[in-house]
Amino acid sequence: MLDIQNALKVFEKGTPSEHTALNHVSLHLDRGEFVTVIGSNGAGKSSLFNAICGVFLLNEGRILLDGKDITFEKEHRRALTIGRVFQDPMKGTAPHMTIEENLSLAYSRVMARPLSFSPSARQRALFRDRLSEFGMGLEDRMKTQVGLLSGGQRQAVTLLMCTIVPPRLLLLDEHTAALDPATAEKVMEITKKTVEKDHLTTLMITHNISASLTTGNRTLMMDSGEILFDFSGEQRRGMTVDGLMKLYSVNRHRVLDNDRMLLM
Amino acid sequence: MKLLVGSLQLGLLYGILALGIYISFRILSIPDLTTEGSFSFGLSVSAALTALGHPWLALLAGMAAGAAAGAVTGILQTRFRIHPILSGIITMSGLYSVNLAVLGGSPNLSLVRAPTLFKILPFLSKNEAMTVLPACFALLFLALVILFFHTHVGMSIRAVGDNEDMVRASSINVNGCKILSFCVSNALVALSGALIAQYQGYADISSSTGILVVGLASVIIGEALFGRRGVTLGFISAIAGSLIYRYIVALATKYSPLPAYMLKLVSALIVALALAIPAVRQDFGTAALKRGGKTHA
Ligand SMILES: Nc1ncnc2c1ncn2[C@@H]1O[C@H](COP(=O)(O)OP(=O)(O)O)[C@@H](O)[C@H]1O
Ligand SMILES: [Mg+2]
Repeated sequence: MLDIQNALKVFEKGTPSEHTALNHVSLHLDRGEFVTVIGSNGAGKSSLFNAICGVFLLNEGRILLDGKDITFEKEHRRALTIGRVFQDPMKGTAPHMTIEENLSLAYSRVMARPLSFSPSARQRALFRDRLSEFGMGLEDRMKTQVGLLSGGQRQAVTLLMCTIVPPRLLLLDEHTAALDPATAEKVMEITKKTVEKDHLTTLMITHNISASLTTGNRTLMMDSGEILFDFSGEQRRGMTVDGLMKLYSVNRHRVLDNDRMLLM
Repeated sequence: MKLLVGSLQLGLLYGILALGIYISFRILSIPDLTTEGSFSFGLSVSAALTALGHPWLALLAGMAAGAAAGAVTGILQTRFRIHPILSGIITMSGLYSVNLAVLGGSPNLSLVRAPTLFKILPFLSKNEAMTVLPACFALLFLALVILFFHTHVGMSIRAVGDNEDMVRASSINVNGCKILSFCVSNALVALSGALIAQYQGYADISSSTGILVVGLASVIIGEALFGRRGVTLGFISAIAGSLIYRYIVALATKYSPLPAYMLKLVSALIVALALAIPAVRQDFGTAALKRGGKTHA
């Protein structure tokens, strides 16, 4: 499915501020895997996503998606098959366009009929259906400008935009971190439902360690541009937050910097 | 009466210009200085072809010329990453020579004996045609742009202007969208110029001076009336703004003690004032908060 081979990314190479964001990372994802990613600030989690999406090109290494080499493919070409939700609710939607216009933009991108009017009546019905599954009442506000919605509502719309045509790969970058706890939980619930519905292959960055062990079926921990741990199956089921912290200090000879990570 | 009708005609013709300005200024949020160049490009191409006896072809060619100018600016901005304002200035400056060349090396061209559209329509006298044609063109292109910006490409362009980051992260080609919208915008600006040449019966390169401000004033006056609510209303209000602008101009030249050449200064002031209002409002708001804070302290 997704194959990252020996990915190296060095920022500001050759300057005093040279920084290795991805240090020879290799990762293989099978179809339908739901993988959570944790790691302290600056560990390289977002950089991993940026590399997959083509925000920047790698210094070394290759990226394959469904057997196709996408290492040098343009960002907007990759976006046809990769969906991405960011932490910032402002980032994923066009604020002065309505919910249905935003959705239709996302929906029609796949079938390129540039001069067709959108959204069509058929599309509207589909959007209404999918929005109502969220239980947020958004289906009755399809003509509302997205800029008028709350952060959680915007994230829900963004999530639907990314998944209304099921992507090959879904990338969630702390997409609930900017929301209040109740809303975050609601959006997480929607996320799980959406991922399960189409068995989406998903990578989800979260700062909530305990949630990372109970959501999905595999957990990666990144540190200093490397994938330090990769848990799944029995090993993951037996893992606790404490166990993880201990394993980290034994491996790195220092305590996990956890200012931003929740240890519930 | 003559004043009313004349302003109506000009308001409609320059309304097409305002549609173009609305696209760059409001939808893309990039002020496009190509405007002055592409307006006279449309004007000169139209005049030259009308003088050769092809008034319809003149409009088409004028639009194509404007679209080409827009494409140049768009490519400078996207492919070569030149600052948006500078890209427009470059194209505009270059077009000055091109326009002189199109007019055979002279800055103006008379169409007194040429078969302009306004003279050749069946069933309509020249006077009638001078109202009917502008109305038809303005309404036709108003409808076309409204429809266009509700298609998938049109919506993609709106999204680029609204949240470029989002569009970059989606599968839409941002640069392509920008170039296309500069083409559409400048094609409209040039069409306005192409019609004006035939309407006036002469082409004068200097008539494009300050035309961007005229377009901006129209858009802003329209928004002052209708508010900023979506593209459909935005385009309608741009044309309405253009009509009102022409009436203001007509009244000003008729009744004000100011000489006609002061007009551009007045337009510039209108635009500057209208654009300053949000900032002034905000500062008043902050000042009020501070005063409030003091009395409570
Ligand atoms: N565009 C960039 N230019 C320079 N340094 C960057 C850039 N993007 C990320 N970095 C650096 O790479 C490191 C990893 O960042 P990131 O992947 O965002 O971490 P996180 O795991 O918190 O998401 C950080 O030290 C960051 O400062
Ligand atoms: Mg990050």
